[in-house]
Amino acid sequence: MCAMRGEVGPRGQDAKSDCWMSLEIRESGGVEIDLKSKVMVMYGESIRSQLTEGLKTLGIENAKLEVEDAGAVPFVLDARLETAARRADSNIDSDLLPPLKVTLPPSARDRFRRSRLYLPGNQPKMFLNAGLHGADAYILDLEDAVAPPEKDAARAIVRNALRTVDFGKAERMVRINQGDRGLEDLEWIIPHPVQLVLIPKVESPEEVQAVEAGIAEIAERCGRKEPVWLMPIIESTRGAYKALEIAEACESIVALAVGLEDYTADLGVPRSEDGTESFWMRGQIVNACRAAGIQAIDTVYSDVANEEGLVASVMEAKQLGFDGKGCIHPRQIRPLHQAFAPTPAEVDKACKIVRAFEDAEAKGLGVVSLGSKMIDAPVVKRALHTVEMAKAIGKLAENWREVEA
Amino acid sequence: MSDLVKNAAGRKVPKVVNGVEQVPFQGVGKFKPTGRKAAPPVSQCGDYPADGDKIVKSLKEALKKCGLKSGMTISNHHHFRNGDKVMTQVFDAAAELGVKDLVWFPSAAFPCQEPIVEHLDSGVVARVEGSLNGPLGAYASQGKMAGPAVLRSHGGRWQAVQDGEVHIDIAILPAPTADSFGNATGDRGPSACGSLNFGLVDSLYADKVIVVTDNLVPFPCVPWQIQGNNVDYVVLLDEIGDPAKIVSGTTEITKSPDRLLIAEYTAKFIRCTEGYREGFSMQAGAGGTALSTAIFLAEMMREDGIKSRFMRGGSTKYLVQMLEEGLIEYILDGQTFDLEGVRSMRENPGHLATSPFTSYNWHGKGNFASLVDFVVLGATEVDLNFNANVVTHSDGRMLHGIGGWQNCLFSKCTILPIPSFRDRIPVIVDEVTTLVGPGELIDVIVTERGIAINPLRKDLIEQTKDSGLPIKTIAELQAEIEEICGGKPAKPEFTDEVVGLIKWVDGTALDTIFRVKS
Repeated sequence: MCAMRGEVGPRGQDAKSDCWMSLEIRESGGVEIDLKSKVMVMYGESIRSQLTEGLKTLGIENAKLEVEDAGAVPFVLDARLETAARRADSNIDSDLLPPLKVTLPPSARDRFRRSRLYLPGNQPKMFLNAGLHGADAYILDLEDAVAPPEKDAARAIVRNALRTVDFGKAERMVRINQGDRGLEDLEWIIPHPVQLVLIPKVESPEEVQAVEAGIAEIAERCGRKEPVWLMPIIESTRGAYKALEIAEACESIVALAVGLEDYTADLGVPRSEDGTESFWMRGQIVNACRAAGIQAIDTVYSDVANEEGLVASVMEAKQLGFDGKGCIHPRQIRPLHQAFAPTPAEVDKACKIVRAFEDAEAKGLGVVSLGSKMIDAPVVKRALHTVEMAKAIGKLAENWREVEA
Repeated sequence: MSDLVKNAAGRKVPKVVNGVEQVPFQGVGKFKPTGRKAAPPVSQCGDYPADGDKIVKSLKEALKKCGLKSGMTISNHHHFRNGDKVMTQVFDAAAELGVKDLVWFPSAAFPCQEPIVEHLDSGVVARVEGSLNGPLGAYASQGKMAGPAVLRSHGGRWQAVQDGEVHIDIAILPAPTADSFGNATGDRGPSACGSLNFGLVDSLYADKVIVVTDNLVPFPCVPWQIQGNNVDYVVLLDEIGDPAKIVSGTTEITKSPDRLLIAEYTAKFIRCTEGYREGFSMQAGAGGTALSTAIFLAEMMREDGIKSRFMRGGSTKYLVQMLEEGLIEYILDGQTFDLEGVRSMRENPGHLATSPFTSYNWHGKGNFASLVDFVVLGATEVDLNFNANVVTHSDGRMLHGIGGWQNCLFSKCTILPIPSFRDRIPVIVDEVTTLVGPGELIDVIVTERGIAINPLRKDLIEQTKDSGLPIKTIAELQAEIEEICGGKPAKPEFTDEVVGLIKWVDGTALDTIFRVKS
């Protein structure tokens, strides 16, 4: 039988905080590790012992392992070794799990989801400090940001990152692939600290239900108690027409998101800066979401250097009724949060409404009024939401009632 | 192998380097110099052309007329940075003249000067005394030079020449514009680089001085940053530098989100301190993070209606914009990094060229560095006692020169904005590989994961305690970084062969670079 070989990871000048590995599984001769590393002096011994342990865990006793390391941290080394081994021998089915360092931050169905930063699933160097930039959520992307031949490598990286990387208070999201590949992705993420799954290119409620069933089955098997929220992404004309059905497909759905690259291709028009071509579709999604009582999340703004354009697009999204937007660069997070933030006048008005509502409740009145105006329940609800957001982003003191009254 | 002795910082330093006896570091401000300054020989006008025309036809002839001999020390300024086209020609000419064992004493060396490695190999140049970047640093780290590298700060270079510790036989001063008398300026001409003042000490103390230009103007060349009265010969070449590599057309702020975050924390930290007030002063270099810090700060200054009396360059277009907007009254410029900086130095009366004498020399009657309210600097490593390293990498290789770094530490608030780790290599370590800056002078470390203030600076701790900034102890930061990087990094193993000496600003021996075991 000839030797079996698996190769993975970036190499050469551009590789950073990552590594290349080539593993040749042999019949005999023990383990031989040929390690080149940019951090040889500082971590050479540590890398060698980690890889030796890793091969043992994978049940590989005879092999030649070549490594070109450009400063990969331990969870990346584990992921690359596991992928190299699985590529060398498809019968290998042991996980090389790094120690669990992450506890799930609080999550709720209706938490803020103003910003969510996409991180390409096979580029771990972008994960390490992402959490410092204050997005409401981080998406480890297994779908469009990962080339088809690297899907397996990205799964191992994403799984290990979920177990290791601290994203602070942000919600931990993964975008899975479409169809069966997406259902397979679930095996790699559901047993680990993930809180929300984005499902791409959804066109029917059944697709969402299949994912929900997949998650339930895995959660049952691994004893997972915490919920996994779902965010289907609508990216086609058919999906847009079925938006309400999709939004009501199952209990775990907390939001629908909009994806415009595929949608405009489906329409057969180029995507424009002002978004005329997607105006109906985005309005349709917001309406479906409101009808279903979930959040509506707008697409990304893709010109990273254009902050003015970003702010304008957020203002437009906010006016259309969206609760959040995607980001593709950490620099977009703050302007996006600022644009989604309620204005001082909005905060002021919301405080007055909430106070009037609380007064009316205290007095046992059935009707809330502010000045000469009657206030409906939905208005109160929106005001409460505004007050909560203003508090969360530091635009309103926690004890605003005492300060203002 | 020379004997080693432990200095006041607890580091082992050689008693003798390249035949010169060393005074071990005695503590900041402790060493008291004695004696008088060095001086070049007395000249007389009768030996120079009465019509002022000092032009000779080639570098080789100029060197011959200067009496070039084996073993001499040849110096130059580094204002042409990586665009220098003169120094390799100088050593080529020296090789043709058949001399050996020269000592090259630049104010800094750059990768474009890599061809000089051939002259090191062939013995024309015995060793380089000065900051070593890139290929020359690697060469010296491997112990291939005849004698250890001696690394000094910009101020330390002035001090060493002034105190007679280094004697320059022949100074080569490439000049973007000059007249035949030897008056020279850097602020104009095809190879304009701004200031020439890193070469000022060379012009004052060298036995012989050669100005090399590609832009000869009729007498007088004004302004005369270098005075012709100190110059022996002028050489006219077709081309002395590559303008695109001398000054950048566009110095750019960082696009890295992590570095922007570090820059923002730095600016916010400055804003919270008492030093940030009307008329404050600052020095920030041309690195992406330092530039971004200046830009964040400029925004805050506009909001707060605060102006700066002076900023120290390295000047860039960003500093020039602040000057021309009126946010800064003066730029006191040590070197000019981009075309806008050069233009501004020519046009703005508030943009002045300084020298290592005015800014940095420790053996003088004061210097500008200690007048500066805030300085923003880099580092390769910082340890738990706030000692910092800019010269070696954590694996022990020499990577960078000291530049003005040591001199700037005397600012009222020294801030090091640095990423907490680079490609898995933690920046905060138990003990620095090479001690270049004593911790008592380093006040604040700003990383993307938090800010650590030197416990000696109780005032800064107090002023920033309610700032909302992520202030942590340096040990907390270290623990956080080691958790990500997978434990403490191992230390390089060294042989007992000395390959480099780190001088303190007063000329004493601060630390030793040993050769790494291969």
